[in-house]
Amino acid sequence: MSQMTHPATLPLGRRPKVLEMAGIAKVFNGNVTALKGMSLTVNAGDFVSLLGPSGCGKSTALRLIAGLMNPTSGRIMWEGGQASGDIGVVFQEPTLMPWATVAQNVYLPFRLRGLTFVKVRDKIDEALALVGLDKFPDAYPRELSGGMKMRVSIARALVTNPRLILMDEPFAALDEITRQKLNNDLLALKSKIGCTVIFVTHSVFESVFLSDRIIVMAARPGRVVEEITVDAPYPRDMAFRTSANYAAHTQVVSAALLQAIGEVA
Amino acid sequence: MSVTNSQEALFDAEEARRARSRQNEAVARWLIPLAVVVLTVILWDQTVKLNDIPHYILPGPGRVWDQLVADRVLLGQALLVTLRITVMALAVAVTGGVLLAILFNQSRFAELVFYPYAVILQVTPIVSIAPLIFIYVQDPTARVLICAWIVAFFPILSNTTLGLKSTDHNLRDLFTIYGASRWQRLIRLQLPSALPYFLGGLRIAGGLALIGAIVAEYVVGTGGAGSGLAFRILEASYRLNIPRMFAALALIGAVGVVIFALTAILSHLLLRKWHESAIARDT
Repeated sequence: MSQMTHPATLPLGRRPKVLEMAGIAKVFNGNVTALKGMSLTVNAGDFVSLLGPSGCGKSTALRLIAGLMNPTSGRIMWEGGQASGDIGVVFQEPTLMPWATVAQNVYLPFRLRGLTFVKVRDKIDEALALVGLDKFPDAYPRELSGGMKMRVSIARALVTNPRLILMDEPFAALDEITRQKLNNDLLALKSKIGCTVIFVTHSVFESVFLSDRIIVMAARPGRVVEEITVDAPYPRDMAFRTSANYAAHTQVVSAALLQAIGEVA
Repeated sequence: MSVTNSQEALFDAEEARRARSRQNEAVARWLIPLAVVVLTVILWDQTVKLNDIPHYILPGPGRVWDQLVADRVLLGQALLVTLRITVMALAVAVTGGVLLAILFNQSRFAELVFYPYAVILQVTPIVSIAPLIFIYVQDPTARVLICAWIVAFFPILSNTTLGLKSTDHNLRDLFTIYGASRWQRLIRLQLPSALPYFLGGLRIAGGLALIGAIVAEYVVGTGGAGSGLAFRILEASYRLNIPRMFAALALIGAVGVVIFALTAILSHLLLRKWHESAIARDT
């Protein structure tokens, strides 16, 4: 039905590899170790959360994957090589161009590749419909609420049908109600199009609700301390939020996080 | 009356007050400045009449107006000359300022090489450079134009330079991730970001271009058919034709106001959809 659909998500363990980070380290200024010995394999259909306190290198890891900087050591390997349009990004701020309409903002990735608006109009409409903004293509960002701006940002990230969507604490600045709503909508969206997501957060509850894999990280130096699998099936909804299974997982993840923080405290 | 009703009534009264004050504000924005001008003219007129001030010291507004009408051909020609120089100087200042800003932005080396000259030109008073320019440059229009340009281009340059640097960091990263070329980054990201800054510079430069044109005319002081308003003021002062001085002065003032209004309107038209400075708040 859609040009934006990936192959159906397979169960964990049977998913094809998308990206592999092997022994990644990043040292700033020659003396600040932001990230040390990080290895991570991301598979098609994964929803991976990077969870940890500030300074644990989770944003650094994301910037390395995005190609915004190079690792000091280690390698990032894309299965079958990396092509333009493989990555979609959502930052903590909506990061929209204030002078451009919603549709023009979502058009940006295509525009930078030299495609005309007419040619990709269907994809833009579809992406806006997926985030529930099909009635606002001509609105300017200034006219939208914080949650709606974030939806535009998400639409822009998925409009190119990327192999990997990177999200850097995208809902951290929103109020709790909007945040829960967007969490639900993000999962609905993911089940619809089957995209692969790496999601940076410092909220245990958000990471358990959203992900099937949680990478717990510690600071000074930033590193991975534990990987926890959340084996609850999708779709997850409000019922999952109040289930014993959810509570049990948050306990496990909280304990892991506490330990990660405790190691340095 | 129930509690809810009285609260509604309170709310309504406040909203009504707000609507009324908005309406008043809309009228006052035009009425008050206009009234001040009219009042000033009346006061001026009465002062002259009541104190019997001779017209060769301070002419009344009526006399200045008569002079303006009588000299309309002479002053009209001078106005056109000054206007032409001002518009040309502003056009060259905008082109030169924006192009230099882009050059500085694209090449750190060019910025290091040329920025000192831009600053030196800016901080040296134009009156002191003008005589030199008049020695080296023969063409009378070019002379005046160069002076006006030196005065007007710096605010465009410095504001646009600032604007080109003021792009959102995340947007910059986004453009990098999507593989934007240098050119795309400039056109799609940096120039739109710089637009409000540029327009701020344009407002200043518009006034400065007029000042530059006038000052240059004072210094060059050439007479004849090709002379502008500043020369007419000088000439009138030698002849003690005070009403004509006032008439020419009024024209210069009017040109300044028109330039300011035009740049303000342009700025509003370009920014009204998206920039904070041009958006009216609802509440």
